[in-house]
Amino acid sequence: MIRYLAPLGLFVVLVAFLALGLRHDPSEVPSPLIGKPAPMFELPQLVDPSRKFSSSEMTGKVWLLNVWGSWCVSCRDEHPMLLELAKTHTLPLIGLDWKDKKADAARWLEQFGDPYTVIVADPDDHVGIDYGVYGAPETYLIDKQGVIRYKQIGAITRKDWDGKILPMIQKLQAS
Amino acid sequence: MRLFALFAALLLCTSAFAKDAAPMAQDEATEQRMIAISQDLRCLVCQNESLAGSRAELAEDLRREIRGLIRAGKSDQEITDYLVNRYGDFVRYKPPLKSTTWLLWFGPFVLLAAAFGALIAFLRRRNRAFGNQADMVEPLSAEEQRRADSLLRNNDGPSPS
Repeated sequence: MIRYLAPLGLFVVLVAFLALGLRHDPSEVPSPLIGKPAPMFELPQLVDPSRKFSSSEMTGKVWLLNVWGSWCVSCRDEHPMLLELAKTHTLPLIGLDWKDKKADAARWLEQFGDPYTVIVADPDDHVGIDYGVYGAPETYLIDKQGVIRYKQIGAITRKDWDGKILPMIQKLQAS
Repeated sequence: MRLFALFAALLLCTSAFAKDAAPMAQDEATEQRMIAISQDLRCLVCQNESLAGSRAELAEDLRREIRGLIRAGKSDQEITDYLVNRYGDFVRYKPPLKSTTWLLWFGPFVLLAAAFGALIAFLRRRNRAFGNQADMVEPLSAEEQRRADSLLRNNDGPSPS
């Protein structure tokens, strides 16, 4: 009996591994920065470069850092979700305009609306590299002590927001 | 001739779209070191390419960052750590040996040992089974021995009938 069941068992194990492999998206690389202090930065604002924004202004607040670009197609998919969450005034949403031109970004915001509390421009990609950004959109959830708690790779969907991100924010804000 | 002109025009089109080569660093030594370091690092945008070989924008940015770090006098190890701290061990083509990568490093050897164990067990069991069979064969009786001898004697070739 076992002689016939053993290959079947091996086959089931193989299928399980393959199924897991198919579900796993290799482009989602877990960030080593989770649980570590978010890199500090001071960058010119996108709309008015003479004004600076420093990440230290966010100390004591739970906030989101959303990396986007006007060239990025997934950002366009994510945009309605960001507009919606901006309306709820849950937390400050800081935009990092990544590898983008100012004029393009401005036109994009005019066309689709601006959900951001503040947008900073990072033309040299120094802050992007510090945060380990390798694509857009990426979103970092940073707590009151300035520690990165979560990184969303790719667009935030309604399911991500309701199921994962919002509960985390509420917990962090309560603490 | 017309066809030739068309092809020439097409070739010109593609060259117009091709990107300029990224500027080489001024000094050759920096460039050599940058390439040596980035060959062992993965480009996260196109994951099957090394940072040295990738044309992705992020790879270009990171190569620029590595050049900057080399000029700042950082060691190769410090530069690799700089990238690992930001992008994780996944950027390294040679993953470090630590508790989370034990399976990765030793898994194949464990499988090999298990396969050898299974093979030895299988061979032993088979030998034992055959050995037992040999013991179980009853010795020939005198009559059978005589018949066997005569068959062997007469059976020098196939019988014609």
